[in-house]
Amino acid sequence: MRLPCPICGERDRREFYYKGAALERPAPDAGEAAWDDYVYLRENPAGDTRELWYHDGGCGAWLVVTRNTLTHAVIGAELASEAKA
Amino acid sequence: MADLIAKLPCDGLLPLSIGKATLVEVVPVALTSVSPLKGAEKDLSKAMTKAHGVGFPGPNNSNGDDAVRAIWFGRAHALLIGPAPDSALVKHAALTDQTDAWAVVCLDGDAAESVLARLAPVDLRHSVFGLGQTVRSQLGHMTASITRVGENAFQIMVFRSMAKTLVHDLKTAMVAVDARG
Ligand SMILES: [Zn+2]
Repeated sequence: MRLPCPICGERDRREFYYKGAALERPAPDAGEAAWDDYVYLRENPAGDTRELWYHDGGCGAWLVVTRNTLTHAVIGAELASEAKA
Repeated sequence: MADLIAKLPCDGLLPLSIGKATLVEVVPVALTSVSPLKGAEKDLSKAMTKAHGVGFPGPNNSNGDDAVRAIWFGRAHALLIGPAPDSALVKHAALTDQTDAWAVVCLDGDAAESVLARLAPVDLRHSVFGLGQTVRSQLGHMTASITRVGENAFQIMVFRSMAKTLVHDLKTAMVAVDARG
């Protein structure tokens, strides 16, 4: 498996650290239900999924990687600092 | 105060010469981490060029030569190797002295590419990784900076605390490549 780092180029998976689903963080006053959802509840999608990966063995950037859990295709990656949730 | 003894990172470990590869320690005068302030990369590059003759390098690239070299070192991050940084850079970048923090070695020779191919998950052949190109990647289990500094020569850097592992891993690969003939 390779991930296309927008800075470094296509790189081996071992250079990356996996964080989890790329979620939109609720506002501080969004309420208990929204925060419960953000902290504990996850989808288990069969298809495209957006996840945070850290290029720790490379440039040190956080990425939002889109990949397909059915086909294992890696569809793309963008810098987390520029990504829209 | 205790009488401290200055010691190089690879003290007692190098040089090595095995088959068609040699490994020597490189001792830079100064290593400085240079991170441009937000939006200041162009001004920083100008100031670096004026003071040191090397611009701020783009991703996977380096500028300069053995006397002064600026290598790309990560996202919004370069390493100035050689002289202490000119004070003019302070206006455009966060500077951190890293001089004693890294083990720096040079792997040279016809077998250098084959040795690195056993350790790094990136393609470092000359056709795709020419003179002056650099990567942040891994060497064995260590995060490393690898730069082609000569036709068959690579500068390799890892955290100083991993110097012994660096030499061990490279030596093992050098022996293995040599055994293949
Ligand atoms: Zn990267």
